[in-house]
Order: sequence, then structure tokens, then C-alpha cells
Amino acid sequence: MLVSIKWLKDYVNTQDLPPAELGEKITRAGIEVDAVIDRSEGLSNIVVGHVESCVKHPEADKLNICQVNVGEETTQIICGAPNIAAGQNVIVARPGARLPGGMKIKKAKLRGEESNGMICSLQELGIEGKLVPKAYAEGIYVLPENAEVGSDVITNFDLDDTVLELGLTPNRADAMSMLGVAYEVGAILEERVKLPEITYKEAEDKASSMLTLNIDSPEANPLYVAKVVRGIEVKESPMWLQQRLMAAGVRPHNNVVDVTNYVLMEYGQPLHAFDYDLLETGNITVRHAKKDELITTLDGNERKLSLNNLVITNGEKPVALAGVMGGANSEVSKDTKTVVIESAYFESGSIRQTSKEHNLRSDASSRYEKGVDPNRVIPAAERAAQLLSELAGGEVLAGSVIFDQLQREEKVVNVSPDFINSRLGMKIRFDDMLDILNRLQFKTEAMNNQLMISVPTRRQDIQIEEDIVEEIARLYGYDEIPSTLPETATSPGGLSPYQQKRRIVRNYMEGAGLLQATTYSLTSEKSATQFAMKQTELTRLLMPMSEERSTLRQSLLPHLLESVSYNTARRIDSVALYETGSVFLKGQDELLNEEEHLAIAVTGLWLDNSWQGEKKAVDFFVVKGIVEGLAVKLDVELDFERGELDGLHPGRTAFITLDGRRIGVIGQLHPNEQKARDLKTTIVMELSLAELFKEQTEALVYTQVPRYPSITRDVALVLSKIVEAGTIEKLIRSAGGKLLKDVRVFDLYEGDNLEAGKKSVAFSLTYFDPEKTLTDEEVTAVHEKVVAALIESGAELRS
Amino acid sequence: MEAQLNELKTHALDKIAAASNVKELNAVRVAYLGKKGPITDLLKGMGKLPAEERPKMGALVNVVREEVTARLEERMAILEEQAINEKLQSETIDITLPGRPVKSGNAHPLTRVIEEIEDLFISMGYEIEEGPEVEKDYYNFEALNLPKGHPARDMQDSFYISEDILLRTHTSPVQARTMEAKGGEPIKIICPGKVYRRDNDDATHSHQFTQIEGLVIGEDIRMSDLKGTLSVFAKKMFGEDREIRLRPSFFPFTEPSVEMDISCFKCGGEGCNVCKKTGWIEILGAGMVHPNVLEMAGYDSKRLTGFAFGMGPERIAMLKYGIEDIRHFYTNDVRFLSQFQRTEV
Repeated sequence: MLVSIKWLKDYVNTQDLPPAELGEKITRAGIEVDAVIDRSEGLSNIVVGHVESCVKHPEADKLNICQVNVGEETTQIICGAPNIAAGQNVIVARPGARLPGGMKIKKAKLRGEESNGMICSLQELGIEGKLVPKAYAEGIYVLPENAEVGSDVITNFDLDDTVLELGLTPNRADAMSMLGVAYEVGAILEERVKLPEITYKEAEDKASSMLTLNIDSPEANPLYVAKVVRGIEVKESPMWLQQRLMAAGVRPHNNVVDVTNYVLMEYGQPLHAFDYDLLETGNITVRHAKKDELITTLDGNERKLSLNNLVITNGEKPVALAGVMGGANSEVSKDTKTVVIESAYFESGSIRQTSKEHNLRSDASSRYEKGVDPNRVIPAAERAAQLLSELAGGEVLAGSVIFDQLQREEKVVNVSPDFINSRLGMKIRFDDMLDILNRLQFKTEAMNNQLMISVPTRRQDIQIEEDIVEEIARLYGYDEIPSTLPETATSPGGLSPYQQKRRIVRNYMEGAGLLQATTYSLTSEKSATQFAMKQTELTRLLMPMSEERSTLRQSLLPHLLESVSYNTARRIDSVALYETGSVFLKGQDELLNEEEHLAIAVTGLWLDNSWQGEKKAVDFFVVKGIVEGLAVKLDVELDFERGELDGLHPGRTAFITLDGRRIGVIGQLHPNEQKARDLKTTIVMELSLAELFKEQTEALVYTQVPRYPSITRDVALVLSKIVEAGTIEKLIRSAGGKLLKDVRVFDLYEGDNLEAGKKSVAFSLTYFDPEKTLTDEEVTAVHEKVVAALIESGAELRS
Repeated sequence: MEAQLNELKTHALDKIAAASNVKELNAVRVAYLGKKGPITDLLKGMGKLPAEERPKMGALVNVVREEVTARLEERMAILEEQAINEKLQSETIDITLPGRPVKSGNAHPLTRVIEEIEDLFISMGYEIEEGPEVEKDYYNFEALNLPKGHPARDMQDSFYISEDILLRTHTSPVQARTMEAKGGEPIKIICPGKVYRRDNDDATHSHQFTQIEGLVIGEDIRMSDLKGTLSVFAKKMFGEDREIRLRPSFFPFTEPSVEMDISCFKCGGEGCNVCKKTGWIEILGAGMVHPNVLEMAGYDSKRLTGFAFGMGPERIAMLKYGIEDIRHFYTNDVRFLSQFQRTEV
């Protein structure tokens, strides 16, 4: 909502506050002033000029040499506007004048001819092109004939004005009108609101003698008022009206349309003017549209209607889309002699639906959608009749044609001062409350320590006691509210075990050298299930904005890998990312099964200490080591079993299992996948945190630090390449019995010195007895059992 | 023999002085004091002396041996130190070479902001509640006083999966769920999480972003409690000298509703580019829980009241760290993420 302060002063005394100060007061009281726009900013030395003569420039087709009377003198100005003509009153920027954007006017020579200033368009005065009347949109603006030559344009035509741009929250539809804003400003500044005085002379003939009215849908249109004005002359509106409309962000058209828009801005009540003769039937019937009925709206678009749309008809065909936009077939033109002014109350839901269905929002629909003041429908129609009789020379027919079934009593809210103070934590005096309600011009009765407040219909947002609390508080001032802390019994607060574990994971991952990433949950249908261990039916959005963000992910890896590629494409060759986030799986419930996952993606060098000759590229075991370390942190036993998953290297993939359940996967990207993503060797891991966090960790009880030494024996084996170290380790453990404390691989060799298809794996075995120092003989006895078991399994001892 | 002894001593002392390193000196030790050395020889030869001369000579030899030994030790100490110094000299390294890097990652800046806020409220006795990102229309809208047909719940603005299921547009459904679950009992919670809106991604909009909300319900919870709580938050989060101000606003689920500004942490209120010359920065929305919301969750709104507040970690991170484009949070450029390694205490 754009509010001209000059215009606002018609209704309320703004106490001549500087606009910025007024804006700040309005903001602090609840309606945010987004901008304070000085309409004359950068303008100076601009006067009314009279074009005495205008001849073509001999050297330039598009230029004219004009002799312009600017009051003090008649001077020569070159003008390139197509609509310049002798006899016009025009806006002249004199030498030394300033225009918006810092432009300064100087005497100049144009193709050899002197030019002492510039004849201006409205755009050159800083008015937006879309607001300039169409007739002047492509050229200079022509002032009225009676404009005083030599006078200051800025003051004479109300450009010495400031506009406040209000950012309205949806509840404050009341402030979508100048009067509504006047009530708000009046409440803030403690001034009463002055409503427009409506007086005009009526003709003897009654409106009802020319027009009949039928309302077929009273539930959607409980109030309809029509006034008939005849003998009008359609022409340009006076300057003051045009300027006010432009200040309010409305383009002037002609006096009839401008009057309806002016009253819309003034009262917040949408009006529409029909050309009475083009209605043809002298009848207005409001009904729901028939299926596929057609109407061409004022914007020139033909629209196919649905049964939901409310239309104004002439009894036969639609002439307007009710509350949204008029029809082209009954549009007011310069030939119009008689107009019908419509002021109606349309149900907000119906208008919202129609506006949405046709993707058509107008100043009218945006007000109907939020609900207009039922008590302004009739006054607005009267106001329009008055202005038409004043500005278009019209004769207003007596009375109105009216249908009225609208309930419009004031809502009464009862509230006690104690309630208000206890909600606010304040001690506002009763009298101060009454004073604030009076400033708001709410009728209030005080009885038995209870306030009975009649809320004017313009404030439809006020329904309950709490709404009154807010009105009192915002006008009393939120700065006056003290700062306290809740006095209710305090709980200890804290994180749940799950949340604590999530933080443990985060700290561990970061300690391990991974950066935390965050990616989008929405992805393409194609990548939604890629790398997902548990694939379910896809979950698609009903109305996605793009295919790329159409489906909920079932794995974190596709987006995480995109992030890796993003970095490598920018020559960051080593990337180590992790993410925790939800994947979305279809379950039995209508809600999805959201499972929090942890994912890792690493590429490039894991260790890079080049000058000391230490360089280590990422590999499967780097990531496996991280997972193993995590298992220790969380006190869970994870196993790794060979597996295959689309997109991963079939020989370098393992499922991570917990108590036999697959909870994750770890692997190297398949070479084809790497190529497609323009990546070098990349290792990924994803596991379900939900599964990982399922079990409560056991209480930590320390085990005694060993009092006796342990003894280490090594065994080097030659194995077939297909035998896995893990199998051998299990064998060793079972043969080693309880004295065998630890088994560790310390060497792996697959080289020329071995038979083809063989590898050498060396294990270090640690024996330990917590009760005593083991003797060599005791260790040897066990170790020989282990070696025998190994040989029996087909392993050869390496000499 | 005495003369012989003195000569021996002189020679030995000369040799000790002449030894230039530990090895040479050890050779001198062996040569003069060793089992086959002249002093030993002299002692062995004592037997040939007459018995009355033996004690005297014995004492003399011992004096010489002790002196030679002492001088040798002295010299040894010097030479050893010299040797160590030479070794140290030869072992000198270029300490300007870089250290072995310690691999260390860090939290995402949004996590950093969220955890900071969580911890702050945990210290004031709040619990952390979370809820599903794919939510029922009921919890996302209806239970929050946004009935069907309400303009603020346009299909165009939300990602619906079916008529009744959507990606939550705010974290407030967690409040609705918690209220329902608590069955009329007091509540003190913080709800962080991801939310989704049907926006085109650009420098200031993201179809996915995060929110963190707070809810307190109890007997006699007042607006002054909200103001006090937010004031503590602003000071802890943005600096002890931060002022706050409340401005009236509108949210369907609170009444009265306010927006909270803090005095600009960059200019302190003078006016700068961060606060757009106003001296104030808008940080969050808040209000007293709307009685309809309380009643819908089974609370007696006459007995229990509450306040709620909500903010965007993206906005806070952008303000705090001067980040100009919201998309940075979701691109995961290592050059962006790794800037949040360092702490700020």
C-alpha cells in the first residue's frame, strides 16, 4: 500500500511530522513502513511553460524548435517528443534544474540550434512509466489549459509529497485504504478521523427506473449497490486526481475509471463502472458462471469460466468477472454517456478461488480476498456518485438499485484489564486502556471491571480477547514491557541420547578429517534411489518446480557426490565430505519412513605431506578405518561382508552389518560411475544412524590394566589370493582360545617371488593371561595349535 | 724411579691435553692407565723394590695415577661436550618447513549456528524436540490456526505429496506434535530442522532451508517472559551490549505477534550497511501462543499460556559471518565450508 501523506492529510492531522518520523511511529505501532519515498527528490527549477510556436528543426527530422513562454521570458527549447505542439502547456526544466538520477539541465546547442532547457515527460520527473497515462506514455506530459505559466510544477501539481510504502501483514486488510491508514495514524497520534463529506444533487428520475437487479447467489454476493449517472462527459481527470492516483501506484485512464479507482484507494471498497448503453438490457444479474462460458476481460484476454466463478451479467451474457475484473463488452469509453457504478460485497473465498483459477489478481480481488468492510459498500457508491457529478458533469439518478442481505453488526469483545495485564506481564492503568481504545475509535463500555468493546467492522482482524491485548500493547508501546524470565518449574533440559549420539558422530567425523556438507532432500526421479540399500517406491511431489527437484531422496550419496564433483571441477582435487540427513522411504503409514543416514564421500589424497615423502591416496581402507573407529566410539560391533551395489566397484564393496542386519554400505565408485561424474578414485559410505543408534550403549566399566606381560608371535602364510584375511583371522582366533588376546595383519605381499595366484599375509598374534606371566612353553603349545589349524586349512607357512 | 714416574706423568698430561676427541682420549686412557699401561707396570714392578721403599713409592704412584685420571676426566668432559655440540650442530633442522598436517574437518556453518542456539537454550532448561520433514497438513497448518482455505497456505507455496501430506514449511508442526503428546503439561522446547518452500533458488531464497523454534507453555507465561528470554538470547548470541526491540507483527499461530530486532552488532546502532542504516537488524518472529492453537492441542488456554519464537539459521549465519548468498550453504564448496574450522570464543 502506497500512502501519499498529502492525501492522507484530508482525513487526519499528521501534526506536520517529518515523513521519516511519521513512518517510524507507524512501524513501531505495528504496520511496517518499508520505504519513505520523497516524490520531489532531486527535482528543482521546473516550471509550467506555454509552447507559443513549434517548428521542425531544419537539420533533424525528429526535433522541433519551440518558443516557450516560461513566465519571466519566452525562450527557445529544442524538443524531440512526438506529441509536442504549439499551444500546449508543458513541464519545463530550466537551465540549472535538477532531475532524478542527478541529471542537471544546462543551456545547449542541438544541431546548431540553441536550447534553453528541456520539456519533460513524467518519466523524466521520476514517475514510473507504467503509471503514466497512456496518452503521454511515449512523449511529454501536457498540462491543463488553465495551468499558470511560469509557476512551479512541483508545488502546483502536488509533487512536493512523500509516499509511505506500507508492508501489510495479511491481518491488516483494513490498512489497504487511505481511510484505514488514517484510523491507524489517528490512533497513533491521538487525532480523530475526518470522513469525506458526501453531498450531491440527485435527479428526479430514480435509478430503479433505468436498471433492474437480480442476485441469484446471495451467499456469495449478499450486498449489491448500483448507482446510475447519466449525461457524463468522459475526459481526462483533473491534475490533482491524476497525481493522487499515480502516487498510489495507479495509472490514470479517464475521469470515470479514475473515480472508481480513487474511491477504491480511499475506502478500500472495489467499484466497477459499466457503460449503461453497452449493457443493452438495463438489467444486472449476478450468478455463477455456466461451464465453459466465455468472457473477455478488460486486459483483453478471453477466459473460459467454471461453475465456481461468480459473474455479473446483463441477464444474458457475462459483463464482468465479479470482484476480479470487468468485461471488455461493457467498458467505459470516451463515447460513454451513462454509467452504472457497482459497489458490492463478494464473499472472500469465492473471489480467491476465481482469482487463483484465472491467475488474475487485481486491486479489487486482492481486497475482496481479505474481506472488505461491509459498512463501506454503500458509502463508497455514494462517494463515487458525488465525484462523478463533480468531475464528469454527470447527473446522479435518485436512490440506488440495491440488494441487501448482509449481516454487518459490530463484534463485541469482552475483556478484563487483569487479563490484559497478566498476559503482558505489565501494570497498565485502566484509564490508559480506555484511552487507547478511544484512540482506536472503538466504542467501549466499562462495567464491573470488564471492558465491553464494540469493534468497528473495518477491523475484521479483531475477534478475541488476545486481539485486544495486542491493540493495547502495540499502542502503549512494546518498549514498556519489562523483561522477565518464565517462573514455571524448570526442567533440567538437555539432549536426548539419540541427539547426543548424533553430536558424537559429528565430532568424530570432523576429528577424522571430514568436512560436514548439507545437500538437498529433493532430487530427480533418476537419482532418487541411486546407491540406496533399501529401495522403495518413489515419492514424487504433486507440483515440482523442476525435474531436478521432483522426488525425495532414498540415499544421501547422489547429492554428496555432486558436491564432490563440484569441488574437483574447481581444481580442488582432494575432497573429504560427510553428511547426516534424512532419506525418505515409503512405509505402511501415509507419512514416510524418514531414516537419518550418515554418508561419506572422499576422493584424491587422504594424506599429503609431500616434502617428507608421505602421500596417501584415498582407498577403501581409509573409509573402513573411519567406520571401525566410529563403531568403537559408539560401542557397537560392526561386521563387513563382501557385497555388490549398482554404481560401486564389484570387487571393492562391502555391506556393513550390525547383529546380522545390513545397516550400511562402503565401496569404491564403479569406474563407469566415476567417469560419468568426472571423478578419480572415490570411496563412498552410507549407513543408517537410526539403526546404529538403536541400542543403548552399556555402562563403561574399566578393565584392569594388565599386570603381566603379553607375548607376541608372528606367523607368515602363503595363501590363495581368493582366501580373505578375515577368514584366516577367524580361524586363528578360534584355534588360539582364550589366551590369544589379539590378532593383527602386519604384512601383505602379492609379488613376483610368489607363485601365481598366491599372496603372503603375515599375522602378529598376542598371547596374554590376566592371571599370570605366561611361560614360553605355554605360548608355544597354543601357537603350535594355531599353526596346525592353519596348515590344515590349506595355508602354507612362509619360510 | 721417581724421576721415571714424573716423566711418565708429564708425558701422560701432554697426551691428555693433545687429545682432540673422545676416541683419542680413550686411547690415552688405555695407554697410560690400562692394564697393560706403564703405571700398572710400575705398580707391578714394586715387588722388586726394597720393602721399606714400597709404601712411599706406592703412594707416589697413586698420586700420579689420580692426577692423570683427574685430568683425563676433566678433558673427557670438555671433549664430550664438544662432541655433543658438534652432533647438535649437524642435526639442526629448518624449523620453517611446514609441520605434518593434522587432518581435521569441521561442522557446517548452519550446524554451528544451530548447535550454538541449542546449547544456549539447553543451559536455560530447554529440551530439543524434532519431528518429521514430511508432515501431515494437519500438523503443518490446521493445528496452527491455519484452517483449509487460509491464504497463507497456498498450494503454490508448499511442496505437497498428496492432498494431505507435504514437506513441512516450518518447524512449527513439531510444536503442535509436542503439545499433543504432552497432553496439557508444561513445555519448554527448542525445535531445529530442515523446512521446504516452493521458492526458486537465488541469492536470498532457497527451496530448502533450516529453522529453529522455541516454545514455552506453563502457568502465567507472560509476554514479558518472552521479551526477557529473547533478550538473554540476543546478548548471548550477538554480544552482551545488544539491545532488543519488539515490533508488532502477525502470525496466525500467535497473538499478540511480534518481530524482534537487535541493535546492529556491526555499528552498535549508528547505522551501517549491515543494518541498512537503521541501527536495527530483524532477527526473529515471536508471540504468545494463539488460544486456538492451545485448545486444538488439548490445553486449557485459560489456565496455561505460552510463548513461541522462530528464526532462520541461514539468516543468522549470513548476518554473523557476512555471507552474501544463501546458496553457499548447499553447494558445499570446500573453500567455503573450511572457513568454519576456526572457533570464535
